[in-house]
Amino acid sequence: MRQSNSYIVIYSAVLTIVCGGLLALAAEGLKEKQQYNIDQEQKKNILSTVITLDESANVNDVYSKRVKAFVVDFEGNVKDGMEPKDINLAVEYKKAPADRLLPVYEFKSESDPNKTDYVVLPVFGYGLWNNIWGFVALKADLNTIQGVKFQHAGETPGLGARIESDQDVQDRYKGKTIFDDGKLVSVSMMKGEGLDYADEPHRVDGMSGATLTGKGVNNMLKDYFASYENYMKKNKQ
Amino acid sequence: MSTEAVAVQEKKSEPLFSKKNRKLLSNPLDIDNPVTVQVLGVCSALAVTTQLKPALVMTLGLTIVTASSNLVISLMRNSIPSRIRIIVQLAVVSLWVILVDQLLKAYVYDISKQLSVFVGLIITNCIVMGRLEAFAMSNKPGPSLLDGLGNGLGYGLILMAIAFLRELLGSGALFGFKVFDAIGFKYQGNGLMLLPAGACIILGIIIWVQRSINGYRESH
Repeated sequence: MRQSNSYIVIYSAVLTIVCGGLLALAAEGLKEKQQYNIDQEQKKNILSTVITLDESANVNDVYSKRVKAFVVDFEGNVKDGMEPKDINLAVEYKKAPADRLLPVYEFKSESDPNKTDYVVLPVFGYGLWNNIWGFVALKADLNTIQGVKFQHAGETPGLGARIESDQDVQDRYKGKTIFDDGKLVSVSMMKGEGLDYADEPHRVDGMSGATLTGKGVNNMLKDYFASYENYMKKNKQ
Repeated sequence: MSTEAVAVQEKKSEPLFSKKNRKLLSNPLDIDNPVTVQVLGVCSALAVTTQLKPALVMTLGLTIVTASSNLVISLMRNSIPSRIRIIVQLAVVSLWVILVDQLLKAYVYDISKQLSVFVGLIITNCIVMGRLEAFAMSNKPGPSLLDGLGNGLGYGLILMAIAFLRELLGSGALFGFKVFDAIGFKYQGNGLMLLPAGACIILGIIIWVQRSINGYRESH
């Protein structure tokens, strides 16, 4: 009986339904917690580009007090009625730069809620193996980099993955500038590691063994700074 | 596979932790290790061992998946049609892998991010399918659970040993803690250790050492 075709068909159908049901149940039951983690992560990443968060910091409090988020278009005009959480960066990335919707996170001064200390911009691109993305915080002059936070989906652990795991790599961008005499030049990660680029405002030291991931980061920054260029020119102080 | 699982005698009165059943748990750690003796699961042993932390979580993930798949398949073993048994095993393994992945995402989000790809790859780990085919299909649930645990831990043991050496020699750190810097020694990380080739060399050395200690010979 266990070998008959109808037994096999029924057996596999029941198995599929049971497995599918269990998975759907788990996904549905854990969805809220997972989404909360993702939102929390996002807020933490935005904040970590401008301030040092200690373990005990209440991310939600700081975020709601200091960050004002909105969406702009390629021309730098604010899109009313849209929120950054409605924007899927992976979808926007595939569009032509002129059609992209671009989230902006303004980090307000602690004493004066109308004064913007830093502007945090999301960036998105492609590394060596898969998508890379992150946030770049610019000072109010919209030229000097205050901090960056990169993430990746599948760069090589220990090599390209250092853009996320190695704080030292991300710290190399601090203080670099993206404009040269009003012309957008972005910041490039160079080939080779251990060289000193302290005097060069548009270059940072590379990652040994991860030159291609570095190139991906360079393209991502250039691409997104260019997308935000109109916004930056309009709003710089 | 070098060793055939011996069907544990179907005696109702046998306690779960009888001598024979304890062996199911301890043999895979040494003389019947899935990685070094049976040479299974090598691909993931190379992929997740650049650092200790992902290797540890991978060990836990694989142990949970192997043990619970073994248990479930053993419970189902008398109803599974033999012509589609591999598919049935695969479905059960995937079910557990996805559940583990979802739970990691919900409760230890940071670690799940580090492991994202690797957890999914547990499905393709030959140890899991190997134990289901060789043991769970022909043994009772209790011993199957122990066999799964033992093999998961045996795999993890080797994984941790490789990760220990790779992280230490490759990045000069253990669990992300820079040990060489801490003792004031300037250490230039060995890039080879971070590449899969480094893991392959270390694994080869571990297999060699273990086999010469145990006096193991390939049987022909």
